[in-house]
Amino acid sequence: MIDSLQDYLAAVLILVGAAFTLTASIGLLRLPDLYTRMHAASKAGTLGSCVVLLALAVHSDDAAIALRAIAGVFFFFLTVPISSHLLAKAAHASGHRLWRESVRDDLENLSRRAK
Amino acid sequence: MSGESFLEFSVLAAFAALSLAFFLTVVRVLKGPTLPDRILALDMLVAIGIGFIAVTGVSTGVAFNVDIAIALGLVGFLATVAFARFVLSRQDPEPPDSGEGRS
Repeated sequence: MIDSLQDYLAAVLILVGAAFTLTASIGLLRLPDLYTRMHAASKAGTLGSCVVLLALAVHSDDAAIALRAIAGVFFFFLTVPISSHLLAKAAHASGHRLWRESVRDDLENLSRRAK
Repeated sequence: MSGESFLEFSVLAAFAALSLAFFLTVVRVLKGPTLPDRILALDMLVAIGIGFIAVTGVSTGVAFNVDIAIALGLVGFLATVAFARFVLSRQDPEPPDSGEGRS
């Protein structure tokens, strides 16, 4: 009973994670500029791989492996915002402009002052 | 459908979806008009690779797949941070009219 429940839960989590990853890559291909692509890649992409890691944690019978998978999820939630924030800030500061139909750029004055 | 066969089916479906996602991201790496686009797509490739490793871990039951996934995540994080520093240090971007960017 528990085994079959584990299998069902892991299967659903795997499907959800793969769907999120696929959505993120379609967004990465379709969206118009770097800053909008970053929404797809850093939110949906991270969620996809983290959900699949959670499926691994659910499926394994060993508590050590499950704990390590959850620690991995925690680690990704900690590091991905840092790296994508740093990349967006670096791209903006080095002069990569927004899409021409973007309505608002809060950092515009900041980058002009730096020049 | 029993739990095991449903799991087998969903592992296969996940492999197919992840392969398609990998392909689309590689297209963005090749196409991406500027350097930060390519860096973002490489970061996404690392995330898809972690997904692959986790699905393989579920389907084979090999224990140390988690460690490989965590190490890959660490390497991807450090690479993205290093590339971001590189973008910041290289102050002249490529000509903006090559892509969809604004002047």
